[in-house]
Amino acid sequence: MMDTALVELSRLQFALTAMYHFLFVPLTLGLSVMIAIMESVYVMTGRQVWRDMTKFWGLLFGINFAMGVATGITMEFQFGTNWAYYSHYVGDIFGAPLAIEGLMAFFLEATFVGLFFFGWDRMSKVGHLFTTWMVALGSNLSALWILVANAWMQNPVGAHFNPDTMRMEINDFAAVIFNPVAQSKFVHTVSAGYVTGALFVLGISAFYLLRKRNIGFAKRSMTVAASFGLASALSVVVLGDESGYSITENQRMKLAAMEGTWETHEAPAAFTVFGIPDMEARETHAEIQIPWVMGLIATRSFTEEVPGIFELVETAEVRIRSGLVAYDALQSVRDNPEDAVARETLATFGNDLGYALLLKQYVEDPREATDIQISDAAWSTVPDVPVIFWSFRIMVALGFYFIALFAVAFYLCSVRRHETRWFLKLALFSIPLPWIAAELGWLVAEYGRQPWIIEGVLPTFLGISSITVTELVLTLGGFVAFYSALAVVEIWLMLKYIRIGPYGDTPTMGRPAGAPGVGGYAPAAGDD
Amino acid sequence: MLPLDYETLRLIWWLLLGVLLIGFAITDGFDMGTAALLPFVARNDTERRVVINTVGPVWEGNQVWFILGGGAIFAAWPPLYAVSFSGFYLAMFVVLCALILRPVAFKYRSKVEESSWREFWDWALFVGGFVPALIFGVAVGNVLQGVPFQLDADLRPAYTGSFFGLLNPFAILCGLVSVAMLVMHGASWLCMKTEGTVRDRARLWGTYAAAAVVVLFALAGVLVATMIDGFVITSEVVTDGPSNPLTKTVAVEAGAWMTNYGEHTWMMIAPALGLLGALVALVGMRIGVSGMTFIGSKLSVLGVISTVGLSMFPFILPSSIQPDASLTVWDSSSSHLTLFIMLVATVIFLPIVLAYTAWAFKILWGKVTPASVRESAESY
Repeated sequence: MMDTALVELSRLQFALTAMYHFLFVPLTLGLSVMIAIMESVYVMTGRQVWRDMTKFWGLLFGINFAMGVATGITMEFQFGTNWAYYSHYVGDIFGAPLAIEGLMAFFLEATFVGLFFFGWDRMSKVGHLFTTWMVALGSNLSALWILVANAWMQNPVGAHFNPDTMRMEINDFAAVIFNPVAQSKFVHTVSAGYVTGALFVLGISAFYLLRKRNIGFAKRSMTVAASFGLASALSVVVLGDESGYSITENQRMKLAAMEGTWETHEAPAAFTVFGIPDMEARETHAEIQIPWVMGLIATRSFTEEVPGIFELVETAEVRIRSGLVAYDALQSVRDNPEDAVARETLATFGNDLGYALLLKQYVEDPREATDIQISDAAWSTVPDVPVIFWSFRIMVALGFYFIALFAVAFYLCSVRRHETRWFLKLALFSIPLPWIAAELGWLVAEYGRQPWIIEGVLPTFLGISSITVTELVLTLGGFVAFYSALAVVEIWLMLKYIRIGPYGDTPTMGRPAGAPGVGGYAPAAGDD
Repeated sequence: MLPLDYETLRLIWWLLLGVLLIGFAITDGFDMGTAALLPFVARNDTERRVVINTVGPVWEGNQVWFILGGGAIFAAWPPLYAVSFSGFYLAMFVVLCALILRPVAFKYRSKVEESSWREFWDWALFVGGFVPALIFGVAVGNVLQGVPFQLDADLRPAYTGSFFGLLNPFAILCGLVSVAMLVMHGASWLCMKTEGTVRDRARLWGTYAAAAVVVLFALAGVLVATMIDGFVITSEVVTDGPSNPLTKTVAVEAGAWMTNYGEHTWMMIAPALGLLGALVALVGMRIGVSGMTFIGSKLSVLGVISTVGLSMFPFILPSSIQPDASLTVWDSSSSHLTLFIMLVATVIFLPIVLAYTAWAFKILWGKVTPASVRESAESY
């Protein structure tokens, strides 16, 4: 049986390093596209301020990008270092999108990012613009492939268990790529990145306008951020709904946890705005509900019912018992690979094999599990309801807040009232919010997937490596210390360059003639 | 049915694994070598910036060879990915930390004027170059001797060695070969990209490094032939069976790593290239012909890495405590379909990658000088 401390520490390390990595990813996604838009305007209009914008936001992009790359290295190898059995068990499917991500996206992004910074004087305007778009394309494609991989963990389609190799193997690669969860996750995540980039640019532009510095620069940046941000914020909410929709196909338990729904509701299900889910009592106290809305979100109809946790646990128990048949057949196949009957049985019940593996947290041989252990295992498929419930609500509330914020920004930019001070302050202090929303979103998606590492296929506790707790404590402590130090340096540098600004650090109304800006490029006169 | 059989695909993916590792060593190898040389060939800030900016625009793309190596091993050789990275757990952690320092050091070093800040990041770059080069070599040295791992009936790997157990004399020798090789490669890059004092120092260090490659690589070869036991498959070799390492039997045998060269004499080209390439680089360094040096150094890297692969074939990761569980080309791959799909993806994308990488190198062609560093606002 697995060492619980090892499992928990492995999970903690993965969660911390992944969440840390995702502090840098959304900004890379958003800023790369915004910079490409700004440079496109520069190439089309030839106005210097747009080149200044490309370069300044590009500089901040670069500081962030370095951290994204650095922390991404850990992620590529952590499956092997800390989740060895997982890697063996699903590498046949999960490895492919990761490798394609490297081939198709990382090379593109990394090769062209070098040219973006070093190629200004070595390429034509259009050549450089092409380079910038390639960076944006590379970043976004890398999001696509990693989300294809992640979606397979949520909805493992196109694969089957092979008893001869003791692992999952692919049988339909198209199903893996066109996994509906992957589609909705990609659009949702990328839009969330765009919101992050837009709010970053909006907030820092607001800072300059509040200080009455770099006015022309800041106003234009704000306009780009407002329009790009509004479109993205709308898409992140609308297409977040898409992700709720696809969950009902395969992740009803996560949905029930998000909703704190214990009993199956008759159609159309209500949406719980407020409530206090209680894992002990198995109910949600003090619920405030809006009728019909949940039914719409989850099933796109008023007539289908949304199953509650009790019902889903019963289903899980049925699947565990069916999984035990598969497990027993697997043992027969291993004893006698020629046993055609057992192979047939395994093929029939193979889809539930993972449910039998849940029992391994209690007994070495799942076939010896008692009824109580089977019931416990069925209940272990319920994730941490209060955390999922509240993370989801805060994320959604933030999503609506972003729509409102960017709508106001868009309005103010349209009527040329960029310098509305209360709004500038609000925008400045809103900068951290997209990160909070994004991290909460991942919490819902991944913590809500527990106890599975691959939904219905492999329990998380079976996925770990056979390393020692001491080793894990060493690396976990090492990552925390190392990453914290890097975070301090990163934020300090970021603030330093924001303070210096695009045209040097003298606060002025416009641009000081000849003042050295960031990186020393000279401002052009007279297009404010 | 797929147009290529399982055996052929496994062979192709074994070759592609080599291509990736060699691609990584040839491209990111000169970045690491350059970084490892940084404190020694460049003594003041201007010189250091020159050295850093020779790799500044390209190291990021080069590093993708490493990331892709990880991804491709995951996709094509899942058991290898699972066993090796969890087995070399702490060593991997050290490599990761060193490699994490690199992007940050490149980007942040010249963003602040203070000399202590820059000195710190310069040493971080050194660590980012030297430490991975050493550990990769040490890891290869351990793989050649067999790694203490076992597989249970569920194919769950368990590693029984320790971090310090990795540091045995033969493995350290391999680590030094790796460091010498990448320092030679970095020096030949600097020969090509710099001028004046920095170039002279790089030539000197490069000469020592190339000489070290010749001596240490030859010594390692002699040890493998005389003292290091190899592994042989003793059961029938099934090349298209299911990927389950436990379906064969393996014996440990003295000199077994030399068998392939006896059976296929053409394979001797690999060790010969390893030595001759380094000699060409050495001569190139002395007479100051950069192109010849860089090509010699590339060939040497190609030769050295190919030698390791060819000596062990069909083994990829032998187990010293449960030889039957050793991972080989024939029992540690992905499924037939996955190998095929990944090959299609590689055939489509690798030429595109190579094309735009070549284009990027062409745009960035030319020497890096103190003046060019000063003039460009984006220089590191």
